[in-house]
Amino acid sequence: MTDMLLPDGGIEDVPTTTRADWQSNQEVRWCPGCGDYSILTALQLLMPDLGVRREKTVFVSGIGCAARFPYYMNTYGMHSIHGRAPAIATGLALARPDLDVWVVGGDGDILSIGGNHLIHALRRNIDINILLFNNQIYGLTKGQFSPTSERGKVTKSSPIGSCATPFNPVSLAIGAEASFVARTHDMDRHHMQEMFKRAYEHPGTSIVEVYQNCNVFNDGAFETITKKDVRDDMLIPLCHGEPIRFGSEGQFGVARYDGGVEIVEVAEVGVDALLVHDEARVDPSTAFALSRLAENPDRPTPVGVFRAVDRGEYGEALRGQVDQMATDRGEGDLRALLHSLPTWTV
Amino acid sequence: MTETSAGSLVPEVGRLVIRFAGDSGDGMQLTGDRFTSASALFGNDLATLPEYPAEIRAPAGSLAGVSAFQVHISDHDIFTPGDAPHVLVAMNPAALKAELGTLVDGGTVIVNADTFNERNLAKAGYDHDPLEGDDLDAYRLVGAPMTSLTKEACKDLGVKPRDAERSKNFFALGLLSWMYSRPVEPTLDWINAKFKGRDLIIAANKAAFSAGHAFGETAELSDHQLIVRPAELPAGTYTNINGNTALAWGLVAAGQLSGLPVFLGSYPITPASDILHELSRQKRFNVTTFQAEDEIAAVGSALGAAYGGLLGVTTTSGPGIALKGETLGLAVSLELPLVIVNIQRGGPSTGMPTKTEAADLLMSMYGRHGESPMPVIAARTPADCFDQAIEAARIAIEHRTPVMLLSDGYLANSSEPWLLPVVEHLEPIPIEFAGDFNQVDENGDQVFWPYLRDDNMARPWAIPGTPDLMHRIGGLEKQDGSGNVSYDGANHARMIALRAERIARIPVPDVEVSGDADAELLLVGWGSTWGAITAAVRRVRNSGRKVAHVHLTHLNPMPANLGEVLSGFPKILVPEMNLGQLVRMLRDEFLVDARPVSKVSGQPFTAAELQQAILGEIGDDA
Repeated sequence: MTDMLLPDGGIEDVPTTTRADWQSNQEVRWCPGCGDYSILTALQLLMPDLGVRREKTVFVSGIGCAARFPYYMNTYGMHSIHGRAPAIATGLALARPDLDVWVVGGDGDILSIGGNHLIHALRRNIDINILLFNNQIYGLTKGQFSPTSERGKVTKSSPIGSCATPFNPVSLAIGAEASFVARTHDMDRHHMQEMFKRAYEHPGTSIVEVYQNCNVFNDGAFETITKKDVRDDMLIPLCHGEPIRFGSEGQFGVARYDGGVEIVEVAEVGVDALLVHDEARVDPSTAFALSRLAENPDRPTPVGVFRAVDRGEYGEALRGQVDQMATDRGEGDLRALLHSLPTWTV
Repeated sequence: MTETSAGSLVPEVGRLVIRFAGDSGDGMQLTGDRFTSASALFGNDLATLPEYPAEIRAPAGSLAGVSAFQVHISDHDIFTPGDAPHVLVAMNPAALKAELGTLVDGGTVIVNADTFNERNLAKAGYDHDPLEGDDLDAYRLVGAPMTSLTKEACKDLGVKPRDAERSKNFFALGLLSWMYSRPVEPTLDWINAKFKGRDLIIAANKAAFSAGHAFGETAELSDHQLIVRPAELPAGTYTNINGNTALAWGLVAAGQLSGLPVFLGSYPITPASDILHELSRQKRFNVTTFQAEDEIAAVGSALGAAYGGLLGVTTTSGPGIALKGETLGLAVSLELPLVIVNIQRGGPSTGMPTKTEAADLLMSMYGRHGESPMPVIAARTPADCFDQAIEAARIAIEHRTPVMLLSDGYLANSSEPWLLPVVEHLEPIPIEFAGDFNQVDENGDQVFWPYLRDDNMARPWAIPGTPDLMHRIGGLEKQDGSGNVSYDGANHARMIALRAERIARIPVPDVEVSGDADAELLLVGWGSTWGAITAAVRRVRNSGRKVAHVHLTHLNPMPANLGEVLSGFPKILVPEMNLGQLVRMLRDEFLVDARPVSKVSGQPFTAAELQQAILGEIGDDA
């Protein structure tokens, strides 16, 4: 690695920044009222607290409304092609372990055209942070059903209702061997920031599903669960080491049932019967069961960190092989390489 | 005649073409490869052509399962694996049936006689035994019971009969080594090294090799013993190299010459996978290989690495290039260095993945969405793959552009002696990353414009991590200079013109005409046809006729003097392993009456075919 590639890195002497330092000079051009604004604000406010350098931070995106995100961050950034951000970010993160690489995309971008890259990024566990803005619709192409749209969804491309079963992104991620999976929503800045920070700190691929409102093509998709007056009864906060409990009075909880989990009334089963959330549990089946509590976000839905396990970062292992081969056999010598097959002299 | 150490007189021939053929499981590629190595160390010039079926194991004994390896050895410089073989080694009836038609009249047929039983004859579609009838009357037949003699030789070694039988290809190699006076030590050394730690297998292979060698001697095949003298090649140190290995080493060299770590993003595909394999072995040269989930991720990861300041490379074959197309468009728009390697094969679709073709030229030139110009270069010989890998990296880095490097299945797997370059004489590839602001904005503040161009019309390579130069790039059209997103039509037209101009202005060397400058006919070639064209031109000129040849390495942009060269010849022929792609480009660019010579049978041209094409054009009167 040339010196140029690793200019004065390290976490010491990181200049103090404010939100303004992380804002680019580009005019933000999402529709007024879009949930993307609150996500952008949450992240721009969080970045000064992470103790990182702007020049060491890269946002990579694909195509879609969410994918405009990099233009608005005063960092390095690439607005690439539809679905491919995880692949491009993988190459960048492998090449440059000194960088913090973020991927931002929507449900069409990351789960549909880019689904293959997502699952392979998750299984490899390379150190990138994926923010999945899920609005259950194609916005930039003006309102077709997406891979997270509910069955029966009426859109321009499904005038009498979509016939397809949607992905549950958290279930998909856990099934793809993800080591860090979280969910949050665009109505709660502090929760978003907590999840983004946890994702940043996680060594390996982290994915955060953000329920995001598209007020033009799918307005109110998450209102049933995220509106202030219903939130307490409809969102199930997952807190590591604590019994899973929710409701305005804490009257509901989650308990094990028939190999899975179910929602119970605390008064009926007692506090001791509640499942204590263990995000670090190596076996993913409980995290998966939690992700199945709500098939669609119209019933009580868990938010928070489903799973956070440390299982070795891919890039470190791959670069380790490069170093290992150099250590075992010495740095490469081009002349020796060219003479490594049988030679003869004329 | 030459006196050997044994004192007998051995007839010399100038060149010899041998074709090894057998069942896929018979180890014919290995046998051919070992014979080639021994000949290389002996000092012959040589060229090889491995041919194997697409299936890993077609049904044993069937025609579909025949695998062949042709080697041309010579005491003078040669350019092709030879037209028709002089010697055919057939390890079973199917190999004999499939390959006999290629042999020259009066050629030698060496068969494993043990395999000519009723069952194998039926599988090959014979209704009689060709060794008994008159099928082989036109040839010299050597029948050796290779299987039984190999088993016999291994009898006392404690090797299982099945393992012993597997060594029969070494019997064939031993026999051929005797018949054609190859040195035996390189083969014995190789057996020791290759099977180190597996003593029984070493013993069995050596026993089989020696038995074959002895069979040649005791069966009085000495009157067939022929020697091809070492060739008089330019002084220096040589190694025998195939195209894919040379290409991989060229990429390693490009990394060393530029001081950049190399990042290969690749997805397995025939016939390109060997480059991924070879680079995966060379990690100590600061080479990272990433086997991606698909072709798109392969190029995407390479582009991501290039954005991060590494030498990004992706390797594939035609179908993979089709999948990568959208990302190549992004690379054109981002103006980042990237090397894309296409080892072409028979298409469309899966086509003939193990057979050669060169029909991706127009795709390389024009096969992307939008106005998407990209430099294209093509290697002409296996060893040239080394030089062109460096050239591709040099253009990519100096001009901040993706570069398409074309090879093909023939170059990939065939080999030739390579006069090894002196490492110190390889020219460094200068690298310059942006480090400073390059513009002043309307407020008088220092700013960085990612699309401000240098003398090469290349934009700055400002890699993440560089303080102060934070900027965003993407696939959306950019404002000239500032790089901000722009939907302005006039700006888009200007950016298209700039992207076209900066590729068109890349300086490339002039072509040189070989042969007769005052000939009536000029052959224009590109890629692996170089060998066959060169050999054909030499034959025609040796017969006293005039003909000329130019060969293009740089296909985009083309050499500046090409138009002038073309205008000097009344007739132009363009041999290509496609239906006429370069010929279209030449007609389009230069308005010349160039004519195609096509071959799309999965085989490279032979010199004889092109000799005929030339004579067909200029008339065959002396």
